[in-house]
Amino acid sequence: MLGFIIRRLISAILVMFSISVLVFLIFFATPGVDPAARIAGRSASPAIIAQVRHAFGLDRPLPIRWALMMDHLFIKQDLSSYVNIGSRVVPQITQAAPVTLSLVAGAAVIWMVIGVTGGVIAAANRGKFIDPVIMFIGIAAVSVPAYWLGEVVNLITQGGLHHSIFAWVPPSGYVPITQSPGQWALHLIMPWLTLAALYAGIYARVLRAELVNALNEDYVRTARAKGLSERRILIRHALRCSLIPIVSLFGLDFGALIGGAALLTEVVFGLPGVGLLTYTSLQNLDLPVIMGAVMYGAFFVVLANAVVDIAYAFLDPRVRIA
Amino acid sequence: MIALGVLILILLSVIVAPFYAHDIAHTNPFTSNLNGTTVISGRTVPVLQPNTQGLGLGVTPIGPTWDFRHYFLGADNQGRDVFARLLYGGRNSLFIGTVSAIICCGVAAVLGMLAGYFGGVIDWVLSRIFDIVWAFPVYLLAISLSVVLLTSGLNLGPVHVGPGSLWLPIVIIAAVYVPYVARPVRGLTMSLREREFIQAAIGSGASDWRILTKEVLPNTLPSVIVFFPLMVAFNMLTESALSFLSIGVQPPAASWGTIINDGLGLLYTRPWVALAPGIMIVITAVSLNILGDGVRDAFDPKAKLRGAV
Repeated sequence: MLGFIIRRLISAILVMFSISVLVFLIFFATPGVDPAARIAGRSASPAIIAQVRHAFGLDRPLPIRWALMMDHLFIKQDLSSYVNIGSRVVPQITQAAPVTLSLVAGAAVIWMVIGVTGGVIAAANRGKFIDPVIMFIGIAAVSVPAYWLGEVVNLITQGGLHHSIFAWVPPSGYVPITQSPGQWALHLIMPWLTLAALYAGIYARVLRAELVNALNEDYVRTARAKGLSERRILIRHALRCSLIPIVSLFGLDFGALIGGAALLTEVVFGLPGVGLLTYTSLQNLDLPVIMGAVMYGAFFVVLANAVVDIAYAFLDPRVRIA
Repeated sequence: MIALGVLILILLSVIVAPFYAHDIAHTNPFTSNLNGTTVISGRTVPVLQPNTQGLGLGVTPIGPTWDFRHYFLGADNQGRDVFARLLYGGRNSLFIGTVSAIICCGVAAVLGMLAGYFGGVIDWVLSRIFDIVWAFPVYLLAISLSVVLLTSGLNLGPVHVGPGSLWLPIVIIAAVYVPYVARPVRGLTMSLREREFIQAAIGSGASDWRILTKEVLPNTLPSVIVFFPLMVAFNMLTESALSFLSIGVQPPAASWGTIINDGLGLLYTRPWVALAPGIMIVITAVSLNILGDGVRDAFDPKAKLRGAV
């Protein structure tokens, strides 16, 4: 087991390294892209561009620039923005991270509850009327663009109905949990529901399929032969096995969302998380901030992948050998 | 079957977009029309109407007329006919979704088969590339590539793609989804390689090229085809998200995502500008997903009994 964990962590570090190189190459070495010209502005003369190139160290060889960038980003942590000169990238990300974490954690609770309940109800009633209804709702939830759903939610809760039944919904924004837990939850409830919709749909569909498979297994037949109730078989026997793929899926999705997949929801609801930070730096092409945020996101995804694999190996010893 | 019908209906309606704009609505949906007028129940009214409430500053585009001959869904803040733009936007959204799905599935099938068939160094290199792209959040990778390429276009030797070209989002979206299809194809090819009929082909001295095209390809093609409708839906949703962030389709061209973006500032006054393209996206994606389920059941009738997703 220990050997597996070490191998898995080494490969995670290698992937992190490759991603840092890839991100760096995308932003600083794509053919035809000149960051110096971008920093200098649209109508800068060649002399000024050359000056900027030298001042930002962009005339050095690529590997050295990569090393310098990583040094500023991870070791000295003093990488600063190209646009708002003097504002540091790393503190901006650490400030934004709790917002993203609040959004994703709350949404995760909601989608797990709805997804698992929906999947179990559909599997328990397979072939009856309610099953295809739940599965259709699942398909619809998967097909709705998250940002558009957010806009529709805004339109309903902040528009004409804001003065009657949705008067309790606060204007979009964020209140830290340390300041007021009640306001924190109230400000996040609509973003939570919006973000949860897509994943609840996916999870209900995956879980239903796993459950229907499990219900055809021998151990379920044995349980039936013992005379256990159908409800007990479904919950205590089939669901326990079917939850394993759900748990690993959950780890990956959670990592990806913390890592930036929640960007659109943050933008639509004006939550100052890492996604919104990425979005605003996109608009003024602030390369160091974009790069910092993307690296941060990739870090969480790689970490989540490693944790999921290790947890899997813990649950299922057969995986450890491969 | 209903899903297929709905898709064909949407396809037909976007195909007639130029006809609608030119011959029915008499409008050019790509140029701003700030001083335009239209006739509603006998009265000539400006397309952008001065605000009467508050300070009376600024203008609000006219709302839906619910009349197919002019401004069925109203105008956007450039005074352009939203319904005409919706049809043209559908062309771009569907085109980008479909073409990038074709490229993505094609590239993924080739790479997956090569990795699975040859194994060794080729497999190791390709698998590591898939791992890295896989570990990169899809939207972040797409956003990074779009930001860089949209400002300067793509220059790869003799190939030059302009910054406003539709091919940029197509290539970017296709690239980020390659591992999602390539990994299953690789696994399938690896298991096929051990099967007797492939071993027999190798034993009888067939070339690698012949085995890949005549033996492996026909057996991997069904699973790639099963992926295809889902990839079109995925890619269309990704395109709309990029366009919504204004790093996908570039103005004055439209896609459903850019129209939602246009409608953002008008959300509380003229909600239909943002609502209509979203509804189109949802209907299309639902139909594609249901079609995908149907295609899977057709190729693998047992999947339905097993209850696969």
